[in-house]
Parts: sequence; structure tokens; C-alpha cells
Amino acid sequence: MASADGGAYSYSLTVFSPSGKLVQIEHALAAVSQGTTSLGIKASNGIVIATEKKSSSILIDDSMIEKVAVVCPNIGIVYSGMGPDFRVLIARARKSAQAYWRVYGEYPPTKVLTQEIATVMQEATQSGGVRPFGVSLLVAGYDIHRGPCLYQVDPSGSFWAWKASAIGKNMVNAKTFLEKRYNDDISLEDAIHTALLTLKEGFEGQMTEKTIEIGVVTVPTVEELTAGKEGGGTGRPRPTFRKLTEEEVKDYLAL
Amino acid sequence: MVGKDCVAIASDLRLGTQALGISSNFQRVPVSHFSRVCPSLTICQVFPITDRLYVGLPGLGTDVTTLYERFRYRVNMYTIKEEREIHPETFTHMVSSTLYEHRFGPYFIEPVVAGLSKLPTGGLKPFIAAMDLIGCINFAKDFVVAGTASSKLYGVAEGLWEPDLEPEDLFETISQTLLNAVDRDAFSGWGAVVHVITKDRVISRTLKARMD
Repeated sequence: MASADGGAYSYSLTVFSPSGKLVQIEHALAAVSQGTTSLGIKASNGIVIATEKKSSSILIDDSMIEKVAVVCPNIGIVYSGMGPDFRVLIARARKSAQAYWRVYGEYPPTKVLTQEIATVMQEATQSGGVRPFGVSLLVAGYDIHRGPCLYQVDPSGSFWAWKASAIGKNMVNAKTFLEKRYNDDISLEDAIHTALLTLKEGFEGQMTEKTIEIGVVTVPTVEELTAGKEGGGTGRPRPTFRKLTEEEVKDYLAL
Repeated sequence: MVGKDCVAIASDLRLGTQALGISSNFQRVPVSHFSRVCPSLTICQVFPITDRLYVGLPGLGTDVTTLYERFRYRVNMYTIKEEREIHPETFTHMVSSTLYEHRFGPYFIEPVVAGLSKLPTGGLKPFIAAMDLIGCINFAKDFVVAGTASSKLYGVAEGLWEPDLEPEDLFETISQTLLNAVDRDAFSGWGAVVHVITKDRVISRTLKARMD
């Protein structure tokens, strides 16, 4: 018999414990809360997602670590939890975005892509021979129908839209901090600074452009949207999500 | 055909197999059993997709029915999943990819899409597109044609169409174009239907034509 806390129910995924819990999913959430802090804030003219990039040794080349990932030109994701699991999800998300593009000639709205990812994560809680994903995600994106949207996806496959949220280590403190700082008409610039301040709260070590990753969604103007609709030569829409370069992060940290 | 803040889509009503005419008021349902006897029935039917979006499906009778049902299913699923109506551009791509999925055993249909698409500014812009049977899209600024009379339609449309026609003038232009083109084609005619889509309403009319 498996012991620890979940008893015999903690191993088989598909078995509810008598109290109505799926213990493995709770363990997955525990794995997430051990991961580095990530957060997202929705501003009036965009969204910022940010995370702490921690490497276990100074010998690791941290320029190769990517925690904020671009899925398609209008959507980006950041995670807390297990890196390898995130890689798998990102590959799925990108594939799903391209499949959508192939059919509809445009990239998916944030909600639709989030739903797809959530479905992948839910399947890992109900299929045989697999474990749940050990990550929580913050999905930030822009689409013309809903505007900028920020979603959180958990290992159970549930997802919510947030104005601001934090995941991973210190998420409780970070959320309390965000609750105090947040208001509905915060600008993107202010949101980036709030994001950095929030990360600073629970930061171990030095906050530099090497240890912080930031992604932003910018809401396009009507002119940009009109130009995008006409194709503009390549037919590729101008990206609304992008990662900030190290130089840009450095500038924000200096302020 | 594109007009000023409006678009029009028109089609004849003949269902036939080569020289033999079968119906001058093609209904979707009974066709499926005809076509088993004769696999080359041709027809064009125009279907509404949303309030401001119509698709015309000229070609093999069975495929008209099959494809229309497929598009109805996919558009309904899209509407539920995305919680909004499909845009003409998006619908066109959906039609195109559906056709290309059958690249090496295609549906014998050359769809025509007409609708009003929403601009980021909130206004509406006329949109038309046509495809070949494997889904190659032709986004046109003026008019698109398809079906057995397409070569004749090109000729008349190039002569009659002019930019920025008001709904009533557009109706006249597209009707004359269609009627005069199908009179020069033995496989089309037997009446016609015209829809003019404007921002407030859709004007649908059936036209009488030569019955020979």
C-alpha cells in the first residue's frame, strides 16, 4: 500500500479518494507551487506576463532558457512548475494554433487556444498511464473579438480569466500584493513596473535582465488593424505579443 | 458582385444532366436519389450562412447537398465554440480548407461567397470570393463567377459592372448579367434567384427567364 498522505488513492489517477479528491492533481498543484513565481497583469492597453528565471548553477548558460514562449503572433504563455512539461504543452499549443490558421486563415482567439491547452491538460487527468502536467500557465493574448485576455490554466485543466494573477512560489503573497496595486485603468507601462515590483517581493538573489523574463501584449490601433486586414504584402498579421529583449528589461529595472 | 456598401449574389435554378433538364426549382432534399442514377447533375444553390453572408454552390447536385450540410455543421460548431458569428473571410478560408482536404478526389463544386464583413472601425465592407473545386481562393474587388456559364458571365459582367452601384442598380446589373449569360449557355437558365445584401436587410427576388 502506498502510504505518505494520500494512501492507496495517491497513485492511480483515475480513482477518486473517498473525500472526492483526485490526489495526484493536488500533488501536481504542489509541484507548481514549488516552481518559480510567474505573474500576469492586464492593463487598459495591453497585458504583461513576467517570470523569474532561476538557474541552479552559475555555470548554466541562462541565455538559452526560455520561460516566456510565443505561441503565435497574438498569444504568449508563461509557466510555473516543471520545465519539461511546459515544453510539451507549448509544442501542442503551437501546433494547435497553426492547425487553426490552416483552416480559418487567422490565428485563434486567446480563449479558443486556452481551451485547447486546457483540454490537453484535462486529458492527462483521465487517461491511463500518464500523470497530470506539473505546470500552471498564464496565457496572454489579443484578438479582435475580445480584445486583450489573460487566462490561467491549472493541471486539472480548469481555466479562468484574470485581471491579474500570480502562480508558483509566493503566489499567495504576490496575489495579495497585486490586489492592493491593481486598478482597472492601469497603463501597460505601469503594469510592467507593478509586475517587477511584485516579483521583487519574493525574489531570491539579484533581479537583473538575465533573471527576469517579460512578455507583453499590445493592443493595436484601428489603423494597424485595418492595415492588417488588407494583408499588407506578406499577409502575415503584425504580432501583438512579443517578448521584451534583455536591453528593454534592463531599462525597466533601472527605473 | 460588389456594390456601394452592398453585395449581390445570384444563381440560376436549373437542375439537369447535360441536355436533359430535370428541375427548374432545385430543392436540396430529393436530389440525393436522382444523383445515384446519374452522377453528373449540375446545379447551383445559394444558401444563407449568417444574416450578412451567403454562399453559392454551383456544381454536382449531390455535392451541393453534402457540402452545404458540412458547412452548416461546421459553422454551427464555430458559432458555439467562438460565441460569435463567422466572418465572411473566415468562412471563405473554412470552405477553402474543406475543399482542399479532398485535393485528390474533390467535390465537384466551385463555391462563391458574398457578404458584408466588419471593419475594425465598426463599419461594414462588401466582401466576395470564389474558389475552384480544390479551394484556391479568388478574392475579387468587383465580381466573381462560377459554373457552366462562367465564361459567358465574365464577358457580360465585364461589360455591365461598374464600381459603387447602389443596391437597386446592383440588382439590375447582376440580374441582367446572369440572364444574358445563361441565355448563351445550354446547361443553365430556367429561372434565377438574386440576393442583394445591404447593411439593414437582404433583398431576395426570383427572376423569370427563358424556359428553353
